[in-house]
Amino acid sequence: MVVLGQFIEVLIGGLLAGVLYSLVALGFVLIFKASGVFNFAQGAMVLLAGLALVRSLDFLAARGVPMWAAIVLGLLFAAVVMAITAALIQKLVLGPLVNQSDLSLFMATIGITFVLEGAGQMIFGSDVYPLSLFPTDAWFVLDGLFEGGLLVNKLDVWGGLIAGALVAGLAIFFQRTKTGRALRAVADDHAAAESVGIPITWIWFVVWLVAGLVALVAATVWGTKLGVQFSIVFLALKALPVLIIGGFTSVPGAIVGGLIVGAGEKIAEVYLGQQIGGGIEYWFAYVLALAVLLVRPQGLFGERIIERI
Amino acid sequence: MLYREAGQFKTSYTADMAIFPIRQDRIALILLLLFAFVGIPLLAHFQLWPLGSDYMLRAILIPFLILSLAAIGVNILVGYCGQISLGSGAFMAIGAYSAYKFGTGVHIPLEFLGTEIRIAPLPVLPSILLGGLMSAIVGILFGIPSLRIKGLYLAVATLAAQFFFDWVFLRVKWFTNYAPSGSIAAPDLHFFGYFVHSPIERYLLCLVFVTVFALIAKNLVRGNIGRQWMAIRDMDIAAELMGIRPLYAKLTAFAVSSFIVGVAGALWAFIYLGAWEPLAFSIDRSLQLLFMVIIGGLGSILGSFLGAAFILILPILLDQVPHAFGVPVSVETVSHLVFIVTGALICYLLIVEPHGFARLWSIAKEKLRLWPFPY
Repeated sequence: MVVLGQFIEVLIGGLLAGVLYSLVALGFVLIFKASGVFNFAQGAMVLLAGLALVRSLDFLAARGVPMWAAIVLGLLFAAVVMAITAALIQKLVLGPLVNQSDLSLFMATIGITFVLEGAGQMIFGSDVYPLSLFPTDAWFVLDGLFEGGLLVNKLDVWGGLIAGALVAGLAIFFQRTKTGRALRAVADDHAAAESVGIPITWIWFVVWLVAGLVALVAATVWGTKLGVQFSIVFLALKALPVLIIGGFTSVPGAIVGGLIVGAGEKIAEVYLGQQIGGGIEYWFAYVLALAVLLVRPQGLFGERIIERI
Repeated sequence: MLYREAGQFKTSYTADMAIFPIRQDRIALILLLLFAFVGIPLLAHFQLWPLGSDYMLRAILIPFLILSLAAIGVNILVGYCGQISLGSGAFMAIGAYSAYKFGTGVHIPLEFLGTEIRIAPLPVLPSILLGGLMSAIVGILFGIPSLRIKGLYLAVATLAAQFFFDWVFLRVKWFTNYAPSGSIAAPDLHFFGYFVHSPIERYLLCLVFVTVFALIAKNLVRGNIGRQWMAIRDMDIAAELMGIRPLYAKLTAFAVSSFIVGVAGALWAFIYLGAWEPLAFSIDRSLQLLFMVIIGGLGSILGSFLGAAFILILPILLDQVPHAFGVPVSVETVSHLVFIVTGALICYLLIVEPHGFARLWSIAKEKLRLWPFPY
């Protein structure tokens, strides 16, 4: 029973940590679906949103603004920062790069990553800033069934709830609103969408804005867990294997992929890591993605890739 | 007027197939090589500007040469064969650590077989080349997924190589000969009984490697195999229908590219760093190499050199400019500025000149044909 209890504990911890990867992966999927751009900068956007949020919170709290008002204003400020970023990216980089190859666009987003990392840290500072929006202590559940109960981190549960709400919100936005329908049309076929009168530059701005807001949400959870700091960028890179596993074009895929990666790497670390040196969390997700690529290149939920000459 | 091939008649197929068909190009190349092989050592010997101190050699010229070599390797894979790689840093690391292991002696205990494999320490040159070979073998292994996937999917697959080998060299103590700190020092550089020690000797050693490999690469990419790579890059399905085997073309690109990158990694560790730890070959290095190739020009050997020079010199310039104007800037701000300027320049260059500096150079050559007349 102890063994099973430990396994379930690791599994739950992993699944909920996977939700964090899903949050970043969601931003990737949104942009990829709508504009075909593989957005390497999503991690940097999480960092920027987190920095904007935590620094404005500190600024307001130091001036005696009540906590709830500071949080609302801070979130607003960070959202505005992300909106400006989205507008600038769309206007200055992606607009002029329309019709370039996927590779060029991907490289451009690496360039954007560097600019965002540099600018974010120059404006908002480059230390580790603690963020405490959510409780971080733990619950012990199922005391009767397992000895000592199962340890579940409250923050992880919050992360799960937020991710669920976010996906529901996005689903409604995509299915029920006019802009959402336009977004899906653009994702389907740029040229056809433009020919029926959908303003494509506006749509791309909206997509980057939504991805920026998703990054903000991810930043609140990640920031609470780790503090807002530069290494978030590297952790966010784990969203790439998540996407490979789930499929680049699927929102449910991002969620399921995140859960698989989160649970898989925790279980591997606990049960396999000790034998081969530890720290295998560092690469487990990537090698898992590599294995998935060999078997099913489009991922679990991705659209089948069909090529024509 | 000066740069015109008028009057240079080719009278044999050999002349027509020459690597540099235009006489001015040949003269320019010979002058450049003369300057690199003779001029710079002379300048350094008499301590003339800009080689008054070792700084120029140690901090700029040697890393420039080695990174150019690595960029040539990456360019073969990314620029000529069209397979995006974010794992070049890992292949540099494989080259460096394999060369180190061959240079200090390999010992693999195989207790369950009751035997062991023991290789005596090899001289430096074979170690470096074997380092490249190991890198090529691993490159082929990680290139196998490229047969099923392509583009950005492949980029993520190469990320797997990057993170996996970061971890291997950090955690598997065998590779570092059980050094307690994980940091290791390169063996002394003895080449054919000659001890390469001073900066200028190290520079010349790098130069020999870079010249030889650049020539090999230049010849490879204009030969049969290079044309196969380019056909695969331009459209792999069409290339396959024309009778080019993707398996062979892609895996040779991975092998050649990884070999050159591996040799560059071994040089980087042995000649430039001297002592190093796994962080020297992190993902930052991979991205840096990718930038060199993009900014220099995809599918151009010359571009690899231009890109390497640009990416290497940019941070040094950004560091110097505020000082020159007397503006005090903290080290931290400079490093952030480097990030911003590099990123912005990448975006800018992708917009105005997607083919990189190499394309600018060929435009300049077109203009030079007519200069000083307008037409």
